[in-house]
Amino acid sequence: MSDIAERVKKIVVDHLGVEESKVVENASFIDDLGADSLDTVELVMAFEEEFGVEIPDDAAEKILSVKDAIDFIKANAAA
Amino acid sequence: MFDLTGKSALVTGASGGIGASIARALHVQGAAVALSGTRVAPLEALAAELGERAFVVPGNLSEAAATEQLFKDAEAALGKIDILVNNAGLTRDQIAMRLKDEDWQSVIDVNLTAAFRLSRAAMRGMMKRRWGRIINITSIVGVTGNAGQANYAASKAGLIGMSKSLAAELGSRSITVNCVAPGFIATAMTDALNEEQKQKLLPSIPAGRMGQSDEIAAGVVYLASEEAAYVTGQTLHINGGMAMI
Repeated sequence: MSDIAERVKKIVVDHLGVEESKVVENASFIDDLGADSLDTVELVMAFEEEFGVEIPDDAAEKILSVKDAIDFIKANAAA
Repeated sequence: MFDLTGKSALVTGASGGIGASIARALHVQGAAVALSGTRVAPLEALAAELGERAFVVPGNLSEAAATEQLFKDAEAALGKIDILVNNAGLTRDQIAMRLKDEDWQSVIDVNLTAAFRLSRAAMRGMMKRRWGRIINITSIVGVTGNAGQANYAASKAGLIGMSKSLAAELGSRSITVNCVAPGFIATAMTDALNEEQKQKLLPSIPAGRMGQSDEIAAGVVYLASEEAAYVTGQTLHINGGMAMI
């Protein structure tokens, strides 16, 4: 399971170009990591691709932090 | 210049005069094209004329599900959509006092709402690839207004406002969104005018003639090209000087 957290964090680091040390579980994409709303859409698209899950729009809107993403994927990803 | 080799384009309303010219022009520049429209026979004929890199994807833009299916069909045929040309449009002309709700709505649905739905569908892949061109075919009357065309003019003005908003949202991902606004172009739509109406219109056009659909297509090719990467949120008026805006 920690593997999921590591993979999520790597996507966030790569996509937003932020330092790994800042990507802690309770970090908010927008408030703490400098993402704009389009970045959050792209992060969701990247999570969908990495984990082979479909993240519907209403769920995507609730994925605001690193922890939100990890929790959603843990609950919904097949592998 | 304006080489589109390796790019894929979806053109709606490709069975009409302007749409077919746009599809031909994009294809000549090297793009693969998906031809959409409601009438299959002219689409098949155009695809046959173009030969390779041309696919027919019929669809009904008045319904949400059919519009989304059309996009999926086009994406399946082409592999990706780099260039989306929202050209499909219809008119239901009537003076406002006699304009029925259904004729208002059907024009808004096809001319404006379908263009939004296709744009939304296309953005996803364009964002991933960090390249995209959305080109909406609006009209001179979307800017000037026209008696008897409240519905059509509203839909075309709507396209301009939508395009500017999408341009603002997507600019940072190297996706441009622009409009081309034809003036008085010789097509089936303007053939509906009688000779007297045409003769009345001509003096208001400095160029002294109606435009040709390939003159609209040339503007689309430019906006679709790499060379136009720094042009976004704009409306290119191609109207022989009929309106200078």
